[in-house]
Amino acid sequence: MSGDLKEGRIVVVGASLAGLRAAEALREKGFTGSLTVVGDEPHPPYDRPPLSKHVLLGNASAYSTGLPMRRDPEAEWRLGVRATGLDPVGKRVLLGDGSSLPFDRLLIATGTRARPWPVPEEAALDGVFTLRTSDDAARLAERLSAGPRRVLVIGAGFTGSEIASVCRERGLEVTVTERGPAPLVGALGGTLSKLAAAMQRAHGVDLRCGVTVTSLRGNGRFTGADLSDGTRVDADVCVVAMGAVRNVEWLADSGLAADPRGIACDAGCRAFDMYGIVTDDVFVAGDVSRFPHPLYEYQLLSLEHWRNAVDQAEVAAHNMISPGPLRRPHLSVPTFWSSQFGYNIKSVGVPTFSDEVVIAQGSLEARRLVMVYGYRGRVTAAVTVNMAKSLDYYERLIESAAPFPPPPGAADRRAAAEVPLPSDVPDPSRLSHGPTVALTGYLPDRRLVLAKPTG
Amino acid sequence: MTAETLLERITDYASRPDPYPLYAELREAGPVVRQTDGSYLVGTYHEIVGLLHDPRLSADPRNRTTPAPAASEETQHLPFLRLDDPEHHRLRTLAMRPFGPPHSPGRVDAMRGEITRFTGELVDGLRGRDHVDIVDDLAYPLPVTVICRLLGVPREDEPRFREWTDLLVASADISPGEDTAARAEAGREARMQMGAYLLGLAEQRRGRPTGDMLSDFVNEPDPQLRLTGEELAMTAILLLIAGHETTVNLITNGVLTLLRHPDKLERLRREPELLPETVEELLRYEPPVHLRERIPLADVEIAGTVIPKGTSVILALASGSRDPLRFQDPERFDPARKDNEHFGFGSGIHLCYGAPLARIEAQAALGALLPGLGTATLLQDPPPYRRNAMLRGPRHLLVGF
Repeated sequence: MSGDLKEGRIVVVGASLAGLRAAEALREKGFTGSLTVVGDEPHPPYDRPPLSKHVLLGNASAYSTGLPMRRDPEAEWRLGVRATGLDPVGKRVLLGDGSSLPFDRLLIATGTRARPWPVPEEAALDGVFTLRTSDDAARLAERLSAGPRRVLVIGAGFTGSEIASVCRERGLEVTVTERGPAPLVGALGGTLSKLAAAMQRAHGVDLRCGVTVTSLRGNGRFTGADLSDGTRVDADVCVVAMGAVRNVEWLADSGLAADPRGIACDAGCRAFDMYGIVTDDVFVAGDVSRFPHPLYEYQLLSLEHWRNAVDQAEVAAHNMISPGPLRRPHLSVPTFWSSQFGYNIKSVGVPTFSDEVVIAQGSLEARRLVMVYGYRGRVTAAVTVNMAKSLDYYERLIESAAPFPPPPGAADRRAAAEVPLPSDVPDPSRLSHGPTVALTGYLPDRRLVLAKPTG
Repeated sequence: MTAETLLERITDYASRPDPYPLYAELREAGPVVRQTDGSYLVGTYHEIVGLLHDPRLSADPRNRTTPAPAASEETQHLPFLRLDDPEHHRLRTLAMRPFGPPHSPGRVDAMRGEITRFTGELVDGLRGRDHVDIVDDLAYPLPVTVICRLLGVPREDEPRFREWTDLLVASADISPGEDTAARAEAGREARMQMGAYLLGLAEQRRGRPTGDMLSDFVNEPDPQLRLTGEELAMTAILLLIAGHETTVNLITNGVLTLLRHPDKLERLRREPELLPETVEELLRYEPPVHLRERIPLADVEIAGTVIPKGTSVILALASGSRDPLRFQDPERFDPARKDNEHFGFGSGIHLCYGAPLARIEAQAALGALLPGLGTATLLQDPPPYRRNAMLRGPRHLLVGF
């Protein structure tokens, strides 16, 4: 059978960034068959990064972040409909409205959703929010505009920290709780997390680290929370920013290697089944995927990154309609950015894949620096704070597995850079928020080892 | 002739009309080619990007030991274009405050209307003439008027600063084998006079702001954000010169290139909405800035060659923008080109400060000329070129209508 498919039926499940970019790329690359895009939200594809920034600030409406289309993907859009199952033998996607969609090739790009507060009655209190969708952002922005006396943010990962930053910019009192020792520590390690903590406090955030929230209080309306250190926070709004949950439940009976860490796929975005055998016609892209990366010892990487969704969707689309020898690997170096408290933070590589760090340019005091991460003597990641233009150089060092620490000579490098520090990346299970980057081992079928027998 | 004399051949005035075959030879001999004077020449895209982004490469000429600097070369007071971080960053950020985001996000955009009006007036003045000099009649007066308005420099002082500008630009040119001492001395003298002149203008605006950048600089209330007199002089000189010298070439090269490609011109006349992409392709295909110098602060290995600390590295940006390893069919002028990440404005931390303004000016000038260009012909091709190899462009461009 030829792998070449220019006609036939393609179904994309997931109508966000990865789904849209894949649909566009399929047409760009000459696919002329029928294309259906399924999305559980009623909205056409939109951009999420502005939701925790401009939208919460009130500078833009939650429904104004629609993704521009590079071209009309000439797809049938099935929006507001959830995919509920996959019949891999009959090659059909089952939908929540009882119908099903036959396919020759399937792309799974169902992404993630916000991890909810674990106690449903408390999560249901008026004033308790999560932030993932434009509807979430619209509701939260409205509540912030009403001028609450205090906002409680649970979890100091990127989303939680950005929300806290917006609150301060709007002049709102905000308390942030984090189970780990400092904000962003799970993504950036010890040294930068101390800078993050200092910048939150300098901007008036009531930051409580090393604590957990034990319960949310309220009688219909949220009024405050109890913390593990015995203190209590009175607040009108609570944002649960504890990371993301991958949307894989609908694949429970599909036989695919899908588990809470995502759906395992090969470097060409082809999904693995639960036995570790690669499938021919099911592809994966975006936040819901786990894929092997040569720079990180071919461990399966889970990334919740905008850029990865774009790059991987394009590779997946290409491979879906190309014969085997013309398929391409998804190799791009992970990148992400965040803006908070007036700082621009950009990252390339996987900072958590590290044992040591150096400040290769700039300094903590100047609040402008490049932190380079190394693992066993090679450069694996770099993070810039207010120095985004410097990132390209370090991306090249990462791609070429350059020795760590990077060579001296930069005009703005301090002598301290010659002494590496421990990178001090904690175990993600010790944090309030889930990681946005995770190395998830080598084996796509490890779920078999983890599975519990069922009656 | 060998590759070791390529820099001399490129900077030779006889090569000015068409340096591109020499660039092809450079890329063929490269990626890193040592020159007889001890400097290195780099003309391939990926190596240039690598060097422009490498924090170990300095823009500060005072770090150069090979070739030995001329005795009278400037030893202090450089504009941020020729400084390294953190000093470069501090000065560039201060200079950016009244010009662009985040502090003045609307300033350049707000000039669009004015630029279109100036352009319209200049082009209207050409009506009825059977031939014009694109340089003297449009490409020079437009950016000079714009930068004067923006900075707060009286337009009628143009003859004065034109002379200083010529001396300063000549002193900064790359010209191996020539005795540069006299030129450097003249450049230093011009810099002092021009600095004093601009400081004088700024002083007139102290406490009496006139809505221009000199006023903003001199009236900055926060002492932390205020430029010293010396810094203000260096910055104002840089902005005044960079604000028009390069744009002249961009506009002139644009007209020249379009007239050499009648099919592309015809399409652009039919679809003027393609102007922005056309200007980007011009920045790749016939850029105003051809060469830049960097100096390694440590021994730096690039593509297998170790360039010793202190050795001059000349980056042939215009060659990198025509590297076939980066651009498909690079010798073709193709305004519809995708993925056009050219070196027209450089790359890295020194990426052109004035790029947004240059883009608007070039789009306005070419846009205003378009209706008349249908029947235009080049009266002299190639046109006479200016001396400068680094900032390359025609001295005159005579066009008949």
